[in-house]
Amino acid sequence: MEHFLEKLGSAVIKWLQYIGEVVLLFVETLRQMKKPLRIHHMFAQMAHLGVDTLPIVGLTLLFTGMVMTLQVAHEFIRFGAQSTIGGVITIAVGRELGPVLVGVVAAGRVGAAITAEISTMKVTEQIDALRVMATNPVGYLVVPRMLACMFMVPVLTIFGDFIGVVGGWFVAVFRSGISSYLYWHSITMFVEAYDITGGLIKSVVFGIIIAVLGCYCGLKAPNGAEGVGLATTRSVVSAIIMIFCANCFLSLILYQ
Amino acid sequence: MSETVMELKHINKFFGSTQVIHDVNFKVQKGDFVTLLGPSGCGKTTILRMIAGFYEPDSGEIHLAGRQIERVPPYARNTAMVFQEYALFPHMTVFENVAYGLRVRHTEDSVVKKKVGEALELMQLLGMEDRYPNQMSGGQQQRVAVARALVMQPDVLLLDEPLSNLDAKLRESVRVELRSIQQKMGLTTIYVTHDQQEALSMSDSVIVLQKGFLRQQGKPHEIYFAPRTPFVADFIGTTNLIKVNGDDALLVGYDEDTVLQADAVCPKGEHTLSIRPESIRLSEKPSPSATDNIMPVTVVRSMFLGEKMRYFVQDRKGQEWIADIFDPGRKIYEGEVYMLFAADRTHVIEEDD
Repeated sequence: MEHFLEKLGSAVIKWLQYIGEVVLLFVETLRQMKKPLRIHHMFAQMAHLGVDTLPIVGLTLLFTGMVMTLQVAHEFIRFGAQSTIGGVITIAVGRELGPVLVGVVAAGRVGAAITAEISTMKVTEQIDALRVMATNPVGYLVVPRMLACMFMVPVLTIFGDFIGVVGGWFVAVFRSGISSYLYWHSITMFVEAYDITGGLIKSVVFGIIIAVLGCYCGLKAPNGAEGVGLATTRSVVSAIIMIFCANCFLSLILYQ
Repeated sequence: MSETVMELKHINKFFGSTQVIHDVNFKVQKGDFVTLLGPSGCGKTTILRMIAGFYEPDSGEIHLAGRQIERVPPYARNTAMVFQEYALFPHMTVFENVAYGLRVRHTEDSVVKKKVGEALELMQLLGMEDRYPNQMSGGQQQRVAVARALVMQPDVLLLDEPLSNLDAKLRESVRVELRSIQQKMGLTTIYVTHDQQEALSMSDSVIVLQKGFLRQQGKPHEIYFAPRTPFVADFIGTTNLIKVNGDDALLVGYDEDTVLQADAVCPKGEHTLSIRPESIRLSEKPSPSATDNIMPVTVVRSMFLGEKMRYFVQDRKGQEWIADIFDPGRKIYEGEVYMLFAADRTHVIEEDD
């Protein structure tokens, strides 16, 4: 029992230390934002992290929208509620599925890329080289990535939301026989702007989580080639868990 | 008298509960090439990283160019470092890599061009300005890394095993180049390596470390011929370490029948004597000079190493010795022979590890 408590205590301390260090990195990143921004670095990151993720986000949300409509359309028709399908799908995608799935995909694609790049720089001592040449690695590496994620994850979410709703429309019309007019009309009837903007607020937070955790794990990567792999796995897993956690609290705050 | 540029005073460093550096003290004179030498895990890179500012010592002081710097961030120390992995920025060209530090200091464009040009010329990299690091060989990348450090005109240049990724031949030529550039520029340099040959051939002063302790600092020939501890004697090259009994005299007792002449008065008690293999001669007849020590031995095995023949011989006590015979010709010793070595080629080691 004593041994168990010892282990539990040690795990809690490690976890708190981890959270503390991530928060400190975030605060340092905000501090570094006051300095002149390297715009071309940020745009390069936006292109690299955002544009390259578009296809996978499109596919994920397309199939999610289609499957969801497939599951609910039959029941809605049975209860005579087919005129609400478009609205329900759009609200679900806009509020939850869009931001969360884009967040998860970005954590896997973007977060992993950020960690792999930064941990490789760490392993090859490039980060020490930056420090010795009067460059703060947080300002140079973390700030442009965080800004890129803050802008690009919402952009990906808008794109994902649209594709998800179109996927839903496709199944509703061609599989369940609901009229196209009815589908789009129900969206205008039931969906409010806040259903979408709330989701976008979430995605900004998810973008920050992905970038900060990705950079943190990269900067703290253990030395050696295996360090890159370990750091990347850790970054993706942590970011996904944090996205689900943050989503729960954000839903409570934004939609209650 | 030369000026002290850097001084480390009573430096201690812990990683967690493990002490990795124990009360290290040393001075570096202006323009000197000082090498931190020791096996893996001896703390040489940790000391270098404390000088660079990547680690803070837990206690002690570091002085650089008259300033106490152990709490000063790396970028404010005016040091430059060449890393083991070169640490070149892969998305930048050679020119951009070398110019990076100057640009961060907001140096004027014309000055950047001039200084980078000079550094590239010095490192024989002219014409390669537009190449990316992945388009260059290891040796060329290493030269870019040195050029990047040189343009910063640091108070002290730090090199962390920069030659370890190069093949043996290239390593030797870059070693010569590096030393000649350092001497030409009069640049104070601290170099980390575990390669004794590198340390002995390049340095004005060598610092030998073991398990975080500074064991000896001295000129290369002092370290080689007058090691202060058995570890230093054994780590620098190959040596024969034998236990002898001293009696405050030049003569030391080896076994019941053998007395050897040492290079200095050996204090009373048990001590270690170091005799380098190249100081030993073999002979089929006992024909020593007045200053020679002589001992009958049996050849156990021999090894042909090109420029020399290495013999493993055993004395009557059962102790195995190594003897290197240079330019051996076709002569091969076998069986019972005599081993001879001059008294001034023995060295009494007074300290224990």
